[in-house]
Amino acid sequence: MTEQSQEDAVERLLRELTPLALGAAVRRFHDFAAAEDAVQEASLAAALQWPREGLPENPRAWLTHVTFRRMTDYLRSESARRRRESEAALEAASASESSESVEHEDDTLLLLFMCCHPALTPASAIALTLRAVGGLTTTQIAHAFLVPERTMAQRISRAKQRIKDSGIPFLAPRAEERASRLRTVLHILYLIFNEGYTSSVGPNLLRVDLSQEAIRLARMVHRLESDNTEVAGLLALMLLTDARRLARTGANGELIPLTQQDRMLWNRQTITEGVALLSATLPKGSVGPYQLQAAIAAVHDEAARASDTDWPQILALYELLRRMSDNPMVALSHAVAMAMAHGPGKGLELLDTLQADPRLAAHHRLDAVRAHLLERTGDLPGAIQHYHAAARKTASLPERAYLLTQAARLAEVDVAS
Amino acid sequence: MKYILLMSGTKSDFDQYAHWPEEALRANMAFMSSLGKELEESGALIANEGLAFPDQARLVSASDDGEPVTDGVFPESKEFLAGYWIVDVESPEEAYTIAARASRAPRPSGFQGNTAIEVRPVLSGPPEDLL
Repeated sequence: MTEQSQEDAVERLLRELTPLALGAAVRRFHDFAAAEDAVQEASLAAALQWPREGLPENPRAWLTHVTFRRMTDYLRSESARRRRESEAALEAASASESSESVEHEDDTLLLLFMCCHPALTPASAIALTLRAVGGLTTTQIAHAFLVPERTMAQRISRAKQRIKDSGIPFLAPRAEERASRLRTVLHILYLIFNEGYTSSVGPNLLRVDLSQEAIRLARMVHRLESDNTEVAGLLALMLLTDARRLARTGANGELIPLTQQDRMLWNRQTITEGVALLSATLPKGSVGPYQLQAAIAAVHDEAARASDTDWPQILALYELLRRMSDNPMVALSHAVAMAMAHGPGKGLELLDTLQADPRLAAHHRLDAVRAHLLERTGDLPGAIQHYHAAARKTASLPERAYLLTQAARLAEVDVAS
Repeated sequence: MKYILLMSGTKSDFDQYAHWPEEALRANMAFMSSLGKELEESGALIANEGLAFPDQARLVSASDDGEPVTDGVFPESKEFLAGYWIVDVESPEEAYTIAARASRAPRPSGFQGNTAIEVRPVLSGPPEDLL
């Protein structure tokens, strides 16, 4: 192995082991914030030592052991500083040094429940999840979100402080809360995925791929909760969406809409995996929103050409989804599916009913969809007007470029005719 | 030394931009994208961002009790920032060279917006001690 690939292999291994060592340390010392620092230090030591000296016989035990040592040092200095007895913690610490029982059950899920706690803002939960469960360094997370490292360090330390202050326990949630807490975890993973998917602006070697990271974490949760159909649904949705990534933007980062993408660029292997996962999941019953969204993505992915898309089926899936979710973006997509299945007039009728929704009235997507449907009815001036309105409202540079280009294209057609 | 390169335009410049022909829009976007990549690869780029249309700009001041008071009415002549680059280079001349390149971003014939790029040093931390 070359030096570089050896370092990469060590990094991958460490990222697998980080949540396990952290879980063991939190379990033993009951101090998440300190344990998180300790595992980062241990992981840094491993990253320096392992590529040079070779892997230890049991890397997981090594990492856990070093983490426990750091915790012990920390607790000793803490108790000295505070001149306060910390007998229990020290006892636990010294017991750990000879401990062979460091490899407990998998604590990854408990860590996720903690990092994705509803008491944290989504931004904090995302950062903390990537560090504590994803095993990424603060630098990597900061690069991924294109924010200064100090900002990200602050975000993480505030999140840890909040966990401390709110006394969020390192315990499985109560049975009656479990489903809703798991939904929060899935939502955070979904946000991480979307961040990677929407902010990809060409290759950048420094940036961790957040979509790939979200997929890795979703796989982890799926391994632990293989009977949960929504976990499988989310993983399938990520795979079926990520499969289209290369086709989604052009050479200059410009957006290419689904109907115009070069489908040869779609990743067949990922699509096959996503479809297989979804097909195994749907018959288990209790179909939730992630499975429905995955099913919609699968219908798109399975059409060899845009014109082959089974729009009536997509429309039916959106109708089911609308009954389950009050998300205005779902309502908009539903209107698009209606237009594709039964003509733009029907879609526009649906849009009129959505206009009254205050969450949508000022949203650029409403204008963008209206522009698109007006274009299909042949009302070019109307379409141009709404493409412009959408372009002025959007906060996405590639989307603005796309919307302005559409308006310009129609203006040329309009003049010519 | 760090410099900020500021590209601005009046509200009517933005309105004209929104009505550029498709070919000019595409050429301009491709140029901006490759300039950004090039500056990044050369190691000079610290940050670059594009800003939303001036419609979304608000003037915010504090009321007597410290609450935000927003106003969206601006004089017609006001120049709005369209975007900026922050670069780390060896000399002001290097920053001027980059600004001159940005200034030549493609635009359609007949659109004579203000293409001048404002270049200003970004202040650094405390200086070294004098011996």
